[in-house]
Amino acid sequence: MAVEPDLKIELGKQGVFVTTVSEIYNWGRKNSVWPMQFGLACCAIEMIATTMARYDLARFGAEVFRPSPRQADLMIISGTITKKMAPQVVRLYNQMAEPKYVIAMGACAISGGPFKQGYNVLKGIDRYIPVDVHIPGCPPRPEALIHAFMTLQAKIDAQPLTGSERPRHLDAEAQGLFPIPEQSAHDLEPPVNRLVWPLPASSKPAENCG
Amino acid sequence: MATAFKSYRPPVMEPSEEGDELLEVAMGPHHPSTHGVFRMDVALDGERVVKLKPVFGYLHRNHEKIAETASYLAAMPYTDRLDYFCSLTNNWAYALAVEKLAGLEVPERAQYIRVITAELTRIQNHASAIGFLLQEMGASGTPLMYAFREREKILDLFEELTGSRMMCNYMRFGGCRVELPKGWLDKVKTVVDGLPQFIDETEALLTGNEILMARSQGVGVLKPDLAVNAGITGPMLRAAGVNYDIRKVDHYGIYDRFKFRVPLGDHGDIYDRYMIRVLEARESVEILKQALKDVPAGPIMDPKSKIRGFRPKVGEAYGRIEAPKGELGFYLISDGTGNPYRYRVRPPSLINLTVLEDMCLGQNVADVVLIFGSVDIVLGEVDR
Amino acid sequence: MKTAEEILAAIKLALPEAGVELVLNPSPSAQHSLRLDPAHAVAVASFLRDDAELALDYCSNATGVDWPSKEVTEKVKVTKVVDGADTAVEETVKRVEPGYLEAVYHLFSMKHAHREIAGPVVLRMRTINRTDQVELPSLTPVWRSAEFQEREIFDLFGIEFTGHPDLRRILMWDGFEDHPMRRDYVDPDDYEYEPTAHDEVLKRTAEHKAGVVA
Repeated sequence: MAVEPDLKIELGKQGVFVTTVSEIYNWGRKNSVWPMQFGLACCAIEMIATTMARYDLARFGAEVFRPSPRQADLMIISGTITKKMAPQVVRLYNQMAEPKYVIAMGACAISGGPFKQGYNVLKGIDRYIPVDVHIPGCPPRPEALIHAFMTLQAKIDAQPLTGSERPRHLDAEAQGLFPIPEQSAHDLEPPVNRLVWPLPASSKPAENCG
Repeated sequence: MATAFKSYRPPVMEPSEEGDELLEVAMGPHHPSTHGVFRMDVALDGERVVKLKPVFGYLHRNHEKIAETASYLAAMPYTDRLDYFCSLTNNWAYALAVEKLAGLEVPERAQYIRVITAELTRIQNHASAIGFLLQEMGASGTPLMYAFREREKILDLFEELTGSRMMCNYMRFGGCRVELPKGWLDKVKTVVDGLPQFIDETEALLTGNEILMARSQGVGVLKPDLAVNAGITGPMLRAAGVNYDIRKVDHYGIYDRFKFRVPLGDHGDIYDRYMIRVLEARESVEILKQALKDVPAGPIMDPKSKIRGFRPKVGEAYGRIEAPKGELGFYLISDGTGNPYRYRVRPPSLINLTVLEDMCLGQNVADVVLIFGSVDIVLGEVDR
Repeated sequence: MKTAEEILAAIKLALPEAGVELVLNPSPSAQHSLRLDPAHAVAVASFLRDDAELALDYCSNATGVDWPSKEVTEKVKVTKVVDGADTAVEETVKRVEPGYLEAVYHLFSMKHAHREIAGPVVLRMRTINRTDQVELPSLTPVWRSAEFQEREIFDLFGIEFTGHPDLRRILMWDGFEDHPMRRDYVDPDDYEYEPTAHDEVLKRTAEHKAGVVA
């Protein structure tokens, strides 16, 4: 049962701090999201620039970029994922411990970007792993990455601890390990993971899309 | 066929003791120090490197194939994404190759703008390269922060000129895309006036630093004749002692009008490469000071060149410039239509990696990361 | 540096049995090339590298080009019997010019870099066809810079270089079976739900919609 904001402020003036378990649990989680050092291509340079002195991402809680997936909470997929690299990306995602989040930064990570017609380009990482925030841009400005980070924080804040909307790490039956695609003679097998990227439910798609 | 000529192959190294097993380590593709998605299969004998095979292709984005189905102009934004630190020099290299193919002339003002943007790009690239090298050495970000602080000032200039910080897409065949904004040259002058102090600051912190000298002097030595035969270009070649700077050799653009020196190294080790980059940044500041003095008024595009419906005659051309990483060349074959028949990028980073194994053999595994960092590669260029 | 004709003359003087011919380049860049016969290519290359006057010690670029076979229609004069007499009649004849793969090398001289330059020295070598006779001699023993580039030509075009120390795929994964830069390569079918589909992609999305492809 949440407390009304006005009452909270009044109590706060008296020196009494009132909260709910889910609020303080999510407050702790959202303010210490540690990204994994995972730069693939050009967007990685903008990600590095975001951590530098001008646009400092550390003030939002992303204090250290951990190289090891075991110690990281957030994977910022910055750059084009090629079919040669895709199995390693999924493997790294599997190695991260729950709760884990993914930001797809840049047009290439969302859908293949300017290189979409390439034979070696994976047309979006959300074919294999679930993505929480997508940032459009080529490359997105550092301010856009900060905005995405804040959006992720708002998303974490809104997650209830019980019920059907609860996050994966509190759900014993949720999918934990995602299948890693194999590199076959001409393409990746399977080309897409239908559980993560389902076909749209609408029965009548528009004329020129599939 | 008698192979009487000299062929430069890396030496075959044996493990130190009989019966010793080699430890095979895959460094990458996800690695904090490999400048991107790059993998090295290293065989170690204790700490010593016995074999090293680089594996790449993790960022192979099919740039050459896409350019065959795109028009000449549509391939220009893709060249930004080759060496993503230095998009303006990539643009110039491609524009130069197309101008050779089609016989276009570049007006004076555009030549000056090209030189100014290219030298600014070179300075921020060398500063970032030094920053990343020091980060891999363990300096944990401070030189990188200094470098990126200056880089932000230069990126602000690029954003005002071209509309984008990194992917500038500014050069066109026969000139530049858009006229300089009012007051831009004064802003460039302000930034350039502050650059010598930044380089002095960096040198005061780094050049005489004991840890830098101990870790980089004598490590990763590259001999000049191997460097020439392996096609190394850029600061790595000049650090090995070979005097070959394409700005002086090919006389492209208007570089002949500016007085600047080409620094050369004596030993070919990591310290020399670091010093060459610092000295080249200083020479770039000299070029900028001279170029900013007399930028003429005039058109920025060749009046003969067409933006849309550009169809060069049948033939081929190879154009190259001295990019900050080395010789960036474009080889274009035209079949008379609006799309290139063959579009090839000659990537300096890929060719510079040819000698990675030679430089790392016999060194400690901790130095492999440093040697690799001193080559200064960008995966967008290696894999295209 | 000398012009392509002068270099051709020098090669013919030093190696008279080497088959080298001049290929003219019609574009304003005037970078003419020398086409080498694969049997003597390594000998010519080492001559070019080690000659004191030429000293072409720097191989800057090595790349492949795919020239698919094309149909050519020509008008040919043929003698035919018409009304009992031999007359020359013009006939249109269709013939197929066989395709080939080509390896192109650009050479410069670092030793004589500061002399007057006139553009790179371009060498070309052609395979016999595109299907089964795709071998060419590797120039890696002469110029080490060709090592990775010839691996890339093998990976993307399929030219097999004999004498290369380590010929395997470099950009695509080892199990990959096609040669993607060839002109007749077909992309794998992994497009779905493009918002602005056109051309090939529109055709494939129509097939997906119709349920032809699962």
